[in-house]
This record gives sequence, structure tokens and C-alpha cells, in this order.
Amino acid sequence: MGDNKTLPAAVKRWDENTVAKTIGRFPERQETFLTISGLPVNRLYTPLDTKDLDYEKDLGFPGEYPFTRNIQPTGYRGRLWTMRQYSGFATAKESNERFQFLLDQGQTGLSVAFDLPTQIGYDSDHPLALGEVGKVGVAIDSLADMEVLFDGIPLDKVSTSMTINSDAVVLLAMYIAVAEKQGVPMDKLRGTIQGDILKEYVARGTYIFPLGPSMRLITDTFKFCSEKMPLWNTISISGYHIRESGSTSVQEVAFTLANGIAYVQAAIDVGLNVDVFASRLSFFFGSHSDFLEEICKFRAARRLWARIMRERFKAKKDSSCRMRFHTQTAGCTLTAQQPDNNIVRVTLQALQAVLGGTQSLHTNSRDEALSLPTEESVQIALRTQQIIGFESGVGDTVDPLAGSYYIESLTNEIENKAMEYIQKIDEMGGAPAAIEKGYIQREIHDAAYSFQKSIDSNERIVVGVNKFQVDEEHKFDYLRVNPESERKQIEQLETLRKTRNDGKVQTALKDLRQGAEGDTNLVPLILEAVKVYATLGEICGVLRDVFGEYKAADL
Amino acid sequence: MSSSKKIRVLMAKPGLDGHDRGVKIVARALRDAGMEVIYTGLRQTPEMVVRAAIDEGVHCIGLSILSGAHNALFPKIMELLKAEGADDILVTGGGIIPEDDIPDLKKAGISEIFGPGTPLDDIVEYIKANVKL
Amino acid sequence: MSVAELIEGVLNQKRRYLARLISLIENEDIRALEALSQLYKHTGKGHIIGVTGPPGSGKSSLVTKLTAEFRKRSKTIGIVCVDPSSPFTGGALLGDRIRMQEHSLDDEVYVRSMGTRGHLGGLARATSDAVRAIDAFGKDIIFVETVGTGQSEVEVIDVAHTVIVTDVPGSGDDIQAIKAGIMEIADIFVVNKSDLAGADKKVTEINAMLDIDPRERAWRPPVVLTNARTGDGIPELVDNILAHLEHLKESGLLQKKGLQRSRDELHELMKYKLTKELSQKLQGKPEYEKAIKMIAKRKQDPYTVAEQLIAEFLFSETR
Ligand code: B12
Ligand SMILES: Nc1nc2c(ncn2[C@@H]2O[C@H](COP(=O)(O)OP(=O)(O)OP(=O)(O)O)[C@@H](O)[C@H]2O)c(=O)[nH]1
Ligand SMILES: [Mg+2]
Repeated sequence: MGDNKTLPAAVKRWDENTVAKTIGRFPERQETFLTISGLPVNRLYTPLDTKDLDYEKDLGFPGEYPFTRNIQPTGYRGRLWTMRQYSGFATAKESNERFQFLLDQGQTGLSVAFDLPTQIGYDSDHPLALGEVGKVGVAIDSLADMEVLFDGIPLDKVSTSMTINSDAVVLLAMYIAVAEKQGVPMDKLRGTIQGDILKEYVARGTYIFPLGPSMRLITDTFKFCSEKMPLWNTISISGYHIRESGSTSVQEVAFTLANGIAYVQAAIDVGLNVDVFASRLSFFFGSHSDFLEEICKFRAARRLWARIMRERFKAKKDSSCRMRFHTQTAGCTLTAQQPDNNIVRVTLQALQAVLGGTQSLHTNSRDEALSLPTEESVQIALRTQQIIGFESGVGDTVDPLAGSYYIESLTNEIENKAMEYIQKIDEMGGAPAAIEKGYIQREIHDAAYSFQKSIDSNERIVVGVNKFQVDEEHKFDYLRVNPESERKQIEQLETLRKTRNDGKVQTALKDLRQGAEGDTNLVPLILEAVKVYATLGEICGVLRDVFGEYKAADL
Repeated sequence: MSSSKKIRVLMAKPGLDGHDRGVKIVARALRDAGMEVIYTGLRQTPEMVVRAAIDEGVHCIGLSILSGAHNALFPKIMELLKAEGADDILVTGGGIIPEDDIPDLKKAGISEIFGPGTPLDDIVEYIKANVKL
Repeated sequence: MSVAELIEGVLNQKRRYLARLISLIENEDIRALEALSQLYKHTGKGHIIGVTGPPGSGKSSLVTKLTAEFRKRSKTIGIVCVDPSSPFTGGALLGDRIRMQEHSLDDEVYVRSMGTRGHLGGLARATSDAVRAIDAFGKDIIFVETVGTGQSEVEVIDVAHTVIVTDVPGSGDDIQAIKAGIMEIADIFVVNKSDLAGADKKVTEINAMLDIDPRERAWRPPVVLTNARTGDGIPELVDNILAHLEHLKESGLLQKKGLQRSRDELHELMKYKLTKELSQKLQGKPEYEKAIKMIAKRKQDPYTVAEQLIAEFLFSETR
């Protein structure tokens, strides 16, 4: 970019004269400045820092390889990002009412949060489910609950995003079965399952089966969907949870893309063509508190993924190299102290995500560190996005910060550092092997620990936590989940077990067991089982039996 | 370091909650403060927590829950500890615990609850000051 | 808790009392010695199995699977896992238990984690007595997992009847580690992670090493291939463990080892006691301090002074 011959000398002069003089009188606040991820920040960036950048090769144009500037040629000038708030309600019935309301308001996308027993393949009456039923999302034990959840909702008209991973295939099967009852064929269904098991092992914790069988469930799903559900997004490869576990931005990019590589490789290994499935992959990142670094992170991730798809996997179509991603503001930066300050944090983080070119966005609520958000808080969070979208004007030109010496140089640095990590992971045998060794977990934990230490030592300031504290009493409204819903859910489950045709259930489960022991695609067998009202716990129970359970690496 | 009395702590994640960033950080801080720390990993039933605490002869149990199941699980653990005659163990908790819930949890026998933003040193100091060796 | 209560609790198989006793042992509490001396007659029944090998080779996973297999055969189990303590802070993260979850509610399985607290050799100073306490408690099989630093952790042979040395396929470095000392102590070799490439090669390598071992041995350590995730090879390993115990009994080695162990232990204890007593008596004595200065100035020699001080402070009737 810069080819100014006299510039190096000029920079030197400035440094030695102007800067030195000032620093003598007004020392800088710190000896060194680092981004929140620990990358060094210089006093000034000049064309010298971007001199190796090749505009066409490294940045290119929006909508074209390597997509550094955006995957859409017109950015947000055509359509703003999708404002998608993730939320959950205790019972299928309550959630259904909420969905109906949102649809009436003109929303076309639904997002489902499940409770933890559902995410871990236990029925609501399992001993480990005690106190967890319906707490952080809706409880689904069987197709019967799913029928209630989507009652009266035309599944050919909405797109549904389900945050479900280790047992995603079971919930997908239930979704297909409900649609079928509505007369909607599966090739009309639109939506996403998160389905990213690798990050569950390192960051999110709702794993069930060991790595091998889990990857099989994923490739079975890839295969099934590529044949029968062309509109379905089979995976959302997530860095958000990695970042929220305490990783740096470089680690977030590196570990997420390393996981992505593992999925693409697995799909290729079972015979799928890259250019057939790659465009259905999507990503999910966090937007943390270092404003400029985060913008660079999004740009670096987009470019790096494009290059990986083209150079490593030889994807021919440009659309296979296009990284679509959802973003969520960083819950872990939001404080229990002076919760209203969180509105400001979320605003900045949302703005970063938009400047980084996200496709969709969830903004966290100010009561993040207190409880599940109240309706009022959710509304403020949504308004925050709307204000950025409709009032700030930042979406009116594409990738407005490109060309900034700092932005481009940091984008490069993040890409390079992430690539170093990916190479290291490759040497270990890829992401699954690195996870089994506990390597990725340890890297994240180390970063999380030093982050906490830097707050405790006041090296890093968190407003309201270690500086500018006030005495406060939390007079906040908490969202409370009715404790009765657990009991009711269990009663319904008991009734279901009594009224369904047990013979059919047993046969379906036996078939499933046989299938799991062999190597046939399990999606059709699971579909059969859910249709005769085998419960989620029973289906996962059979699979647990055959596959075993994942044992976490220790600290 | 020569043998001497050491504070032994069990750090546990009861229930299905997968939020382990905080518990792992606290475990490491306690270790760095010279304690012997046993971390149970995720998905512990109250029975498992109590069994581990007793077998390992710990002086303190640290319970971490962010998923909202504390009102069901913390008191259950205290009950089981009492039944085993092991309620001399100091039990602390942390995570996302609404302030309104804290009085009842304390009544059930949890000695202190630490929420988001707590400096690690505060936790170390609290345990050092309150365990019965 | 009084000593009498402790003893009664342990003999009545109350795990809280066993746990308490082990804590007292670890803290070198005087009550521990009293209790152990009274419990001694109740010990000597358990089969003690040491498990050592490089870090991450699957020791804890193996112990878990072995426990499952022995439980199938109606045996009760005690497990002691040792992890390193930090030399700087004295703290430790004791991480083996996390692998042993599947037995966490089995009343017949007792698991105890220990930090080395500065002790070298692969075990904690208290490990041997903790094992003894578990023995008195009545567990049939007692596993001792060493720290697994890859250093020569040979102390486990002083505690265990049967020593399992684990290794995994891959890097030739491990073989070096084995050569460097662990080789000699193995009664059974386990090549774990049989699912990884190179497992058979590793078995061959170890066998080749055993072939050139010049010592005459009635028991040639078998090399067993296992997968501690799936349990493959575990029944075979258990059979080998039992065969080894049988061999110890039949060859009279068990008795011989027992005698040797009692001799070593008595010797160690006396040495410990004597040293401790001597230091107590010498503590702050002017003669002692003076002698040290004289030695440093080359006015006296340490050899003669040692003799004199021992004679005067330990054996003299008048003191
Ligand atoms: C990070 C995070 C995640 C990460 C977790 C990563 C990980 N491996 O831990 C990810 C993104 C994966 C995640 C996922 C989910 N999350 Co979350 N998450 C958070 C978040 C933003 C921060 C938690 C955190 O790690 N903070 C940093 C650490 C260092 O702090 P800490 O854990 O609070 O620990 C400190 C103290 O609490 C204390 N402490 C903690 N434990 C203990 C124990 C003892 C003994 C002691 C003495 C002290 C102590 O000391 C620590 C140091 O100060 C919180 C909101 C918030 N800001 O707190 C939501 C939050 C906890 N999550 C929530 C939810 C609902 C979920 C999901 C269940 C959503 C869903 N339906 O799928 C999922 C599933 C997770 C699962 N498997 O259980 C809710 C829980 C709601 C509730 N309780 O009512 C929260 C409160 C957000 C919200 N307001 O909705 N989450
Ligand atoms: N692939 C494979 N992995 C195994 C096998 N056995 C154990 N592992 C894994 O190896 C890792 C280490 O296992 P541990 O049982 O903790 O090993 P360890 O020797 O006790 O480790 P330390 O106590 O830390 O020295 C874990 O991730 C296990 O799941 C096996 O047979 N095959
Ligand atoms: Mg171990």
C-alpha cells in the first residue's frame, strides 16, 4: 500500500523529535499497550505497516474472494443484518405462545433455547435433571413436546434456529416429524442446528458421546441433509463459546477454524463433495470488548477461512469460501455491578460486529450477570441494534474501516497468529486429537486465568468492578422460572410412557441399536424412533450404551 | 515444601451446568495459594459430591452453579452432608445466585456465596480464615 | 475424634473414619501412629497393585477399568492416586479422581487423592501408611497410582505386590524412560492405547528388551495390550495380575518380600525415630553449636565429633 521512500526517515524523525519531547514532559499512561488479547499496540501506524499488503489479493472487493471486506457485495445497503435474540422459556406451551407473538410482530426467524437435560440427552425425570428442567430453555422429552412447541406455526414459512449439539440429530428428527404432520415435506424446511460438537468438548460442556461417534452423527446428518434437506444449515461452527470460556481473539479464530477444518475433512472423508456442502456451513463469533481488535478479528477470520477452503480443500466455487457468521456480544464482559453500564458495553460490541460485517447479531441484556433477561432488558438490547442499524449510518458503506493502517496491520497479525496455531494443531493430528490431548482446553484455561489475574491486580480496569465502584443494592427484577414446571413436565412424560405403543418403541430402539453398532446412516432410524414417541432420553440412552460417553480431560 | 497441614478443597459442579470457566479459575487460585484441590469435573449429583468430599477428607467444598439449579441442589448437598455427620466441612458456593436466594441457602448451611466480579484473593482469604483444620 | 473412635470406625468400615485417618497420616499427626500400630494386626490381606508410567499414558483410566473388572469378580477396591505438589507453593491439583467417576457411588470402592508434598520417588511420604489404613479397612485390592512424571518412580515397589508399568505407542523416548529404571520394577507391562498406531510395534520392542535382560527370572513380565477407553484387554490384564499374585505365593516370594519389607520398614522407622530423637536432644545445646564451629575451623573433625555426640546424647545413662 505505501511505497513512500522517504517515509521511514520521516517516521524516525517524528519519533525522535516530536514524540520524545512530549514524552519527556507527559509520560504515556503505560509503558506498553496491549490489546485485550495481549497483542502489542504501537503508538502510531503508518503506510509502512501495510506495505506488503496487496489490495486485490488480500482485501479484494466485497462479495468476492477472499471476502475480507464482506461476503455481500453491497454490505448492509441491501438489507441490515438479522437481529436475532436467543432465548428460552420453560415449557413448550409458553414458548409456543411467545413464538406466535413474535410471528404476529412480523418476525420470520425463530430461535430455540433448550434446557440442559434436553441438551445432554436426558429425560426430565433423570436424577441429574433435578432442578434443571425448563430452567435455561424449553424442556423436550419427546415428539409430543415438539408438537406443542410448534403448534400452529407453519414450518414451511419460518426458519428455525436450534441451539442443540450432541443430540442435535434427535431434535432435527423431531422437527422433521412435526413438519410431516403439518404436511410440510422436509425439503421445504429452513433453519439451523448448531451441531458443533467439537467446541462442546472444549468450551460449552453439553457433550454426550466420545469424539468418534459424535463425528459420525455429524457426518450422518451432513449426508442426510445434503440429499433431503437442501435448505437446512447443518452446522454453526462456534467460536463464541470458546471466547466466552476465556480465550484470546487469536485463539477464538484459530480453534474455531481448526474445528471447521475437522468438519470439512470429515465430510470429505465420507464422500461428500466440498462444493456441495460448504456453502451450508456457518460460523458464530463473539464480540468482546477491544473495539478495534474485534473488527480486525472478523475480517481476519473471513479471509483465513476463504484461503483455507480454496487452498487446502480446493473448493472451486467462491460460495464455498464465503464465511457467513452470526455474532453475539460478549456476556463475560458484562458485570453484575452497576448493570446499566452493560447497555453501553453492548452498544460498543454490537457496533464492532457491524463494522466487522456480521450477518446476524444477538445483543445481550444488561442483566446478563444476574439472571435470564427480563423482557424490558431484552427490549433495550434489541433497540440497541436498531439504533445502530437505523440511526448511526455505519451500515451505509461497506467495510468503512478498511485501509486504516492499524486495522489492516492488526487484521494481518491476527490471521498470521491464528494460522500458527492451526499449524500446531495440524501437527498434533487436527482439532479432535488436540482436544483429546486437552491441549485446546489448557490454552483457553491459561488465557482465562491470566485474564482474571489482570483484573484482580488492577492491571486491567473493569468499570464498576475494580474501579469506580459504588455501594449498591440490587433492586433488580429477576426473571424467575416457575418451579412447578419441572413437576408438570415430569407428569406429562409419565403419561406419555403409559399411553404410547410400547411395542413399537422397543422395536424402533432395537433397530437403532443395531444401526449404531453397524455403520448405516442413523438419521432415518432416529426419525422412526421419534415418530413412535420414543423419548429423547431413551434414544440417547441406546446411543450411550453403544457409543459410551465422553470423559473430559482434567485441568 | 515439607509436609504440614494442608487445606484440602473439593471444587464441584453439581447438576448439568457446563459453565466451568469460573470454577477452574478458582481451583487454580486455591492451588496457587498452597491448597490441595480436587476438581470433580461436570455433572455431579449431590450424592457424588458428598461421597467425594468424605473420601478425600476435605476441609472445604466449593460448589459452583451458574445455570439456576442452586435452590434444588445446594440444600440437597447440605442435607446429605448432615446425614453423613460431615457437616463440619466448610461449604462455599459461587456463580450466578440471585441475592434473594442467598438467605435461604445460608440457612441451609452454605457459609458464603461469591458472585461474579469477586477477586480470587477474597475467596482464598475467606477459605483460609474459615476452614477448620 | 479419639484414636479409639478412629480405630473402631475403620474396622467397622466407616469411610469417613478411614478418610480421617489418612488425613492424620498425611499431617504426621501423632494419633495416626497410635492408630496404625493398633490396626497393624488387621493388615496384610489386601493385594496391592502399583501402577506407574509416563504422564497421560492412561494410568487412571486403566485403574478405573481394572476396578470395574475386579468388581465384576466381587472384589472390593481401594485406590490411592498421587499427584505432584508444586515445589513453590505446596499446592496441588489432584486430577486423577476425575477419571474414576463411574465408581463414584459404589460403596465398595474408596478413592483417595494425594499430593506428593515434596516427597520424591513417585509417591507421597504418606502413601504407604495410607495403603495400610485401607488394607485394615478391608479392601481386597488396593491400587496405587504414582505421580507419572516420567522420572524414575521406583518407590512403588516397596509398597506394591504387583507393579504394572504402562506405556503407549509412539515416541521412542518412552523406551528410554523405561530403560532408565522402570524396566526393572515391572511385573507386568501394559501397552495402553491399543487403538493408536504403533501399538504392536511397542509390544515387540518391550519383548525384545525383556529378551536381552540378563537376570535369571522365574517370572517373565508379560506385555499386555489394552485400550483403557473401551476396556479391551482388561480381563486379560486382570488374569495376569492374578497369575502374578499366584506366582508370588507359590514361589515363596510373597513371604520373602514380606520379610524384606518388614525388615526395611523397621529399619526405616528406627532410623527416623533415632534421628528425630537425636535432633530433639541436640536442639539448641551449646556443646552442639560449639562443636560445629570447631569443625568448621578445622580444630576438630566431624567423624570423631559424631561418635562423641551420639554416645553422649543418645546412649549416655546420665542424660
Ligand atoms: C461465559 C458464559 C457462558 C459460556 C461458558 C463457558 C465455560 N466453559 O464456562 C458459554 C457461552 C458456553 C455459555 C453457555 C450457556 N450459558 Co452462559 N454465561 C456465561 C457468562 C456470560 C459468564 C460466566 C463466566 O464464565 N464468567 C467469568 C467467570 C470467571 O466468572 P464466574 O463463573 O461468575 O465465577 C466467579 C464468581 O462467580 C465466583 N465463583 C464461581 N464459582 C464459584 C465457586 C466457588 C466455590 C466460589 C467460592 C466462587 C465461585 O468466583 C469467580 C471469580 O470471581 C454468564 C453471565 C455472566 N456475565 O456471568 C452466562 C450465564 C451464566 N449463562 C447462562 C445460560 C442460560 C447459558 C446456557 C445454558 C444457554 C442455553 N440455554 O443453552 C448455555 C449452556 C451452558 C451449559 N453447558 O451449561 C445464563 C444462566 C441463567 C440463570 N442462571 O438463570 C447466564 C447468567 C446468562 C444469562 N443472563 O442468561 N455461557
Ligand atoms: N486413545 C486412547 N486414549 C486413552 C486410552 N486410555 C486413556 N486414554 C486417554 O489418555 C488421556 C490420559 O489418560 P489418564 O488415564 O488420565 O492418564 P494418566 O496416566 O493417569 O495421566 P496422569 O495421571 O496425568 O499422568 C485421557 O484423555 C484418556 O481418555 C486408550 O486406550 N486409548
Ligand atoms: Mg492419572
